[in-house]
Amino acid sequence: MNGVTVLTMSFVEYSDFIQDGDVAVVYLGHESMMPVKVQQGAQTQTRYGAIRHSTDLIGQRYGSKVTCSKGGWVYVLHPTPELWTVTLPHRTQILYTTDIATITMMLELKPGSVVCESGTGSGSLSHAILRTIAPTGHLHTVEFHQQRAEKVAEEFKEHRVDHLVTVRNQDVCKDGFGVTGVADAVFLDIPSPWEAVRHAKAAMKKQGGRVCSFSPCIEQVQRTCEALVDQGFEEISTVEILLRIHDVRTVSLPLPDFGPDSLAQTQPDIAEKTPPIQASVAMKTTILPREMPGHTGYLTFATKPRT
Amino acid sequence: MADNVDGDSLYRIKEGDYVVLKRGDIFKAVQIQPKKKVIFEKQWLFLDKAVGQLYSSTFEIVSGGILQPLKPKHTESSSDAKEAGTDNRNIVDDGKSQKLTRDDIETLKEKGMKGQEIIQQLIENSSTFKDKTEYAQDKYIKKKKKKYENTVTILKPSCRILAMMYHGREPGKICHLQYDTLAQMLTLANIHAGSKVLVFETCAGLVLGSVMERMGGYGSVIQMYPGGGPVRAGVESFGFPEHFHDMLHEFPICHVNALLAGTLDTTAKDPSADSKKSDMAAEEEQNQPEAERRGSPEEQSMETNSGADGSHDHEKDEQEKLKEARAQRKKVKQEEKRKKLAAAAALLEGRNADGLVIASRFHPCPVLMGLLKFLSPSRPFVVYSQYKEALIECYTKLKEQGGTVNLRLTDTWLRHYQVLPNRTHPVLLMSGGGGYLLSGTTVAADRSKPAGSQRAEEPAAKRLKLTDTER
Repeated sequence: MNGVTVLTMSFVEYSDFIQDGDVAVVYLGHESMMPVKVQQGAQTQTRYGAIRHSTDLIGQRYGSKVTCSKGGWVYVLHPTPELWTVTLPHRTQILYTTDIATITMMLELKPGSVVCESGTGSGSLSHAILRTIAPTGHLHTVEFHQQRAEKVAEEFKEHRVDHLVTVRNQDVCKDGFGVTGVADAVFLDIPSPWEAVRHAKAAMKKQGGRVCSFSPCIEQVQRTCEALVDQGFEEISTVEILLRIHDVRTVSLPLPDFGPDSLAQTQPDIAEKTPPIQASVAMKTTILPREMPGHTGYLTFATKPRT
Repeated sequence: MADNVDGDSLYRIKEGDYVVLKRGDIFKAVQIQPKKKVIFEKQWLFLDKAVGQLYSSTFEIVSGGILQPLKPKHTESSSDAKEAGTDNRNIVDDGKSQKLTRDDIETLKEKGMKGQEIIQQLIENSSTFKDKTEYAQDKYIKKKKKKYENTVTILKPSCRILAMMYHGREPGKICHLQYDTLAQMLTLANIHAGSKVLVFETCAGLVLGSVMERMGGYGSVIQMYPGGGPVRAGVESFGFPEHFHDMLHEFPICHVNALLAGTLDTTAKDPSADSKKSDMAAEEEQNQPEAERRGSPEEQSMETNSGADGSHDHEKDEQEKLKEARAQRKKVKQEEKRKKLAAAAALLEGRNADGLVIASRFHPCPVLMGLLKFLSPSRPFVVYSQYKEALIECYTKLKEQGGTVNLRLTDTWLRHYQVLPNRTHPVLLMSGGGGYLLSGTTVAADRSKPAGSQRAEEPAAKRLKLTDTER
């Protein structure tokens, strides 16, 4: 953005060529991807053979096809928060892109937004927030589990987004977010969000902002809504968003045989001209998987008025 | 107080601002203009008094359509001496329980009685109110509030608010794009500051504005548009700062093929040369009637002069001066257009865009196939369509052609809940009507192989058992 000529991969900025130290995403096939830490001299094993980083990755264009040692091939993709969400190592249950997209829009996140989040968990939502608030925003994220806090901080550094985020290892319900009066938006994904509502209010700008709480159980939602009302939040709204994936298929539908056309029997000429009866017809359609992943959690949004 | 003013200046309503009026779930986007009558929910009002007030303030509409700031009140206290019943077994709905007639209420309104007071009157004059359960009383009050409260809140526009507004007011203008679907598009396309995004939309500019909001003024957005000019009314409603418009470019799709073939000429030409050449990109921008009337400005004035026959009528001189001035303005405009076109072409011809968003009434398949070429490898694209079949076609074509991975055809269902103590239940299900999305990621195209042979080049190790699963 300031006339930088050499682009570096990061989760908030695109680059064109794979470099040593990048985190890339290897595409192996449908619904099969894995993250790879690119390192001079390293090798990554896949079911199609080994990928030699020095020759196969470094200096290649993102999006290239790479042939592995056994002859099979893969694609190497530029990391994005969406790809990270489906390839990251889980330390906790994570939020998926469908919920993340809704949260991003409903919290009105954009470049420059200051956001507070707890719990950080595996960092799925965190990466998406960072991408949206870059280059001028900041994320204050709180995780009460020490190892998880350390792990996610490491990842932020590897993904070259650490300048945009502060990780705090503390209990948000007791100690809050570590900042007050600065946030445009607050996100809660913790077991007892009603205990953190007053801290959310304190962290937010006095002029107002948006809050979101994610809970799997309706009882949690009820308690949280009560707390929001008590703390003077407005425009309280609870929604659930469900994703349907449509599988495109070509199906073959057999055609019934009602016997030879009666006309053909009386007029043999016609019988010669009519085309042979088709046995089946191919049709492109979509089918839904037998079981649809349904409920992830309820999303409760509210607005903090000016205080 | 001085401190507040400085810190709050960003939060104060100014003349000329684009705002959104809100009452309950009804939204309307307007511009604050002095002495301008605005109609909102069947009421006329003037927004003059809003200037200088803070955003998100609520106003009461008093007689004459003037806005009066509403003091924050805790209305719930009006019903704390609750006399209530236990169930409705004895409540008969004969339409006679309310003593006030419509005329009575109109009279109260004319007397200038405020909404809250009217509701109080309705409660006092209802024979059945005290027999209703507490919940029924709450519901009754909520309903009356919706009907009689004469308030309006003034909000700063945002993608969230405008998307809800358009969907509620004029869904046809935005191809029935539901706001949850729009949210998915912005994330799936990885819209972020500093990238170069292509947008093709016929959603009144809502999609374009949303993309711009997520880019914060950094990077560039190129609006590919059909027809004579880009439609952007919706973008104005976002109220972006001036400099956001510097990042916005436009390019007419009628020149896409020329650009891809390398035959698009965007250099400045001598206007007196043959202007009918179809390669004269800037001129094709003009509307038809204008194009027909136009000859070269110099030719026009030269013809007029030579035909003057020596008689320099004062009127004729004036006319000529006007003609020349008009021709000069046209020249300047044409040059501006040419420059803009050249700038957009320069951004496109590198074929290194970072994202593609399509949401239009056009058949998405040719649009997608045509515009995908402008993307770098390993970049996301998202296509919206009201109709699943159109996206099935896109999916099929993309599979045949290759060059994309992670193709997904999806739609989202949004369900709202009422959450109240002992009264929690789902309310509204918005499904299917929100439209469908096809998303994917580009990869390096294999130009050495003809289309369709992709599977053939897969070595044995990769040939998984494909029963009824498409890969």
